[in-house]
Amino acid sequence: MLAEANTMRPERARPADTLVSIEGLKMHFPVYKGVLRRKVGAVQAVDGLSFDIMRGETLGLVGESGCGKSTTGRAILGLYRPTAGKVHFGGEDVAAIEGERLRRLRPKMQMIFQDPQASLNPRMTVGSIVAEPLVEHQVAKAGERRARVRELLDQVGLNPDYVNRYPHEFSGGQRQRIGIARALALDPDFIVCDEPIAALDVSIQAQVVNLLQDLQHRLGLTYLFISHDLSMVRHIADRVAVMYLGKMVELADVDALFSKPKHPYTRALLSAVPVPDPKIEADRRRILLKGDLPDAANPPKGCRFCTRCPEAVAQCFDVEPEWRDLEGGRKVACHLAN
Amino acid sequence: MKTVFHTQDGLIHAVNGVSFHLDEGELLAVVGESGSGKSVAMMSLLQLLPIPPAEIASGRVAFEGQDLVRLSASGIRQVRGARIGFIFQDPMTSLNPVFTVGFQIMEPLRTHLGMSRRQARKRAAELLELVGIPGAAARLNDYPHQFSGGMRQRVMIAIALACDPKVLIADEPTTALDVTVQAQILELVKDLRQRLGMAIIWITHDLGVAAGIADRIIVMYGGQIVEHARIGELFENPRHPYTRALLDSLPGRHKANEKLRSIGGQPPLLTREPDFCPFSARCSHVHDRCRAENPPLERVSESHDVACWWDKERRAISGGQLPESVHAR
Repeated sequence: MLAEANTMRPERARPADTLVSIEGLKMHFPVYKGVLRRKVGAVQAVDGLSFDIMRGETLGLVGESGCGKSTTGRAILGLYRPTAGKVHFGGEDVAAIEGERLRRLRPKMQMIFQDPQASLNPRMTVGSIVAEPLVEHQVAKAGERRARVRELLDQVGLNPDYVNRYPHEFSGGQRQRIGIARALALDPDFIVCDEPIAALDVSIQAQVVNLLQDLQHRLGLTYLFISHDLSMVRHIADRVAVMYLGKMVELADVDALFSKPKHPYTRALLSAVPVPDPKIEADRRRILLKGDLPDAANPPKGCRFCTRCPEAVAQCFDVEPEWRDLEGGRKVACHLAN
Repeated sequence: MKTVFHTQDGLIHAVNGVSFHLDEGELLAVVGESGSGKSVAMMSLLQLLPIPPAEIASGRVAFEGQDLVRLSASGIRQVRGARIGFIFQDPMTSLNPVFTVGFQIMEPLRTHLGMSRRQARKRAAELLELVGIPGAAARLNDYPHQFSGGMRQRVMIAIALACDPKVLIADEPTTALDVTVQAQILELVKDLRQRLGMAIIWITHDLGVAAGIADRIIVMYGGQIVEHARIGELFENPRHPYTRALLDSLPGRHKANEKLRSIGGQPPLLTREPDFCPFSARCSHVHDRCRAENPPLERVSESHDVACWWDKERRAISGGQLPESVHAR
C-alpha cells in the first residue's frame, strides 16, 4: 500500500471491504496476417476497465456476445496476461505476478463455466473431478480428501454416493452442480461465474441460481456473475456493470440501473428484454438499435456506441466519454448522462 | 399425432397424442423445455424427421384439404418451402456456406414458382429488402459468413417467405441471438405478419417472447400438450401445475430478494409407455391417479384446455366455477 501511495498517479480511495480492484484493465488480442504473419492490428476485446468488487457482493456483468465480458472475467483470474492495467486481489497484482506466486493465489479465486458438458472431463469420475483441485494444491491427505469430496457434493445438493459415476450419467443441471462443487473445493473467496445458467432449461436455471445464492450466504462468497440474461441478473446481483464493445458504459446498484438507466445503450438493452406478461408487452415501446456491433479490431472514434446511439450528438463522434462518477455511487461513460 | 423413435435402448415416446389447430393469420406459440417434444412435433408435420429411427405412429395433419403425413415424398416437397415455410434455430448451420445468399433465396422461387433466373433475382432482392437488409441487391452475391447472426436470421426469414407461404413454422428463431437483435427480429415478424397475413407457429422456450407476440399458446411437457389457452388467459389464470411452476420460476415475476421457486427434479425420460401423467414425478399436487393414468386434454372454458387430474378435481369441487382463493398464489 505504501509503495502505491508514493506513485505519481492519483490513487482512488479504496474502501476496506474491497475484495478485487481493477484499474485500467486492457486485453488486446493481436491479429496476424500475410505470409510473414506480421501483426496488423489488435482486437481490443477489453479496453480500459476500472471498477471494484466488494467483499460479499454479487456484481453482475452484462452485455451482448462479443462485448468482452468473458474476457474480463478470465483476465481478472489471471487466465490471460492483460495487455495493461492492474488487478488487485489478496494483496497482489494478479496482472503482474506469475509462476508460484500466482499459483498460491489461485485457490482463493475460482471459476464456474458456462457449459458443464465441456468443462468436465468425460473420462474422470465425479469424485476425481471434484478432488482434482485438492490434489493439485496438496491441501489434504487421501482419506481427508475423500471426506471433503463427499461433503462438497452434499453441499451442492448431489448424492455423495455418486462419487464413482461419470459426467455423462448426470443431467445438465446436475453437471453444473459438479462444476460448482469443484469451484468450492479450495474454499475460495471469489468466484467468477461465466454464464453459469445459459445452457440450462428454465426450470433448472432457478435451481442453480438458488444454490448459488444459498452458498453465498453460507460461505460468504463474492461473485462476478457474467450473463446476458438481464432478468436473472436483476434477481441475483447487488450491483450491475454493463459492457459494450470492450468498454464499461455503466455501473450502478441493481435497482437504480433497472429503474433509471443513464446510458442510452443500457436503455436500449433493457427495453429489448421480453417481459413474461402479455399486458405489459402489449403497450411497450422498444428502443430498436440500428445496424450491427462494430468490429472490435477497428472500433469507432469517439464514443464506441456512437454509430448506433439514438441520442448521439456531434461531440460523441469525436471525443471519447470519460468513465465518471454520478451521485449514488454510480458510474457512467456518456457525455449526455447526468 | 404420435411420434416415436426406435433406438438401441428401446422406444422413445417423443410426441404423444398432440392435437391442435391453427387458424388463418394467427400466431400460435409452442413453449416447453428441451426434450418436451415441441420441435419433433413440428418437424413431424412436414415429414422432416429421418425415418427410421423416427416413426410417426399415428396422426393426421389436415392442411388445404390434404393429409400431410400421408403425402408422398414429392407431394410433401411441393408443400414444404412453398405453402409452409420453416425457420430453424441456428442460421449458421441451416444456411449452406458454399452458396451465395442470393442463390439460396432464388432456389425455392425457381423450383416452386418456376421463375426465370432474372425474375427470381429481382424477387430475391425484394425479399431481402423486406426483411430489412440494407443494400439488398448488392448483398445477393455475398456468402452466409459475410453476414452477422441477426442478418443471417433475416436471410432465413427471407427464404421462408420466398413463396408467400400460408403458414410459417419458426423453431426457436431468436434463441441464438442477442436480446437487442432478438428485439429487431420480433418487431420485423410483427410487421411482416400485418403486411402478409400468414399464420405462424412460433416454437420457443422463452415465455417472455411468447407473451409479446402470440395470440394463443400451447405448453408442452414430456411429449404432450399440458395446457392450451389464449395468451392473456394463460398468464392470468394458469391451471396446470407445470405452467404455474414455470411462471413462478421466472425471475421477472418475483419481488427482489425473494427466492426463486424452482421445480424440483428432472424432466422425464420418455422411454416408458406414457400411461401416467408425465409431470407426476415433479408435481406438488400429485396423487395416485396421476401415476396410474394419463390425463386427457379437457376443455375448461372457451379456448382453454388443460390435461391434469388435480385441476379436474378442483373444477368438480367448485362446480365449474373456481373460488377466488385458488387463483391467489
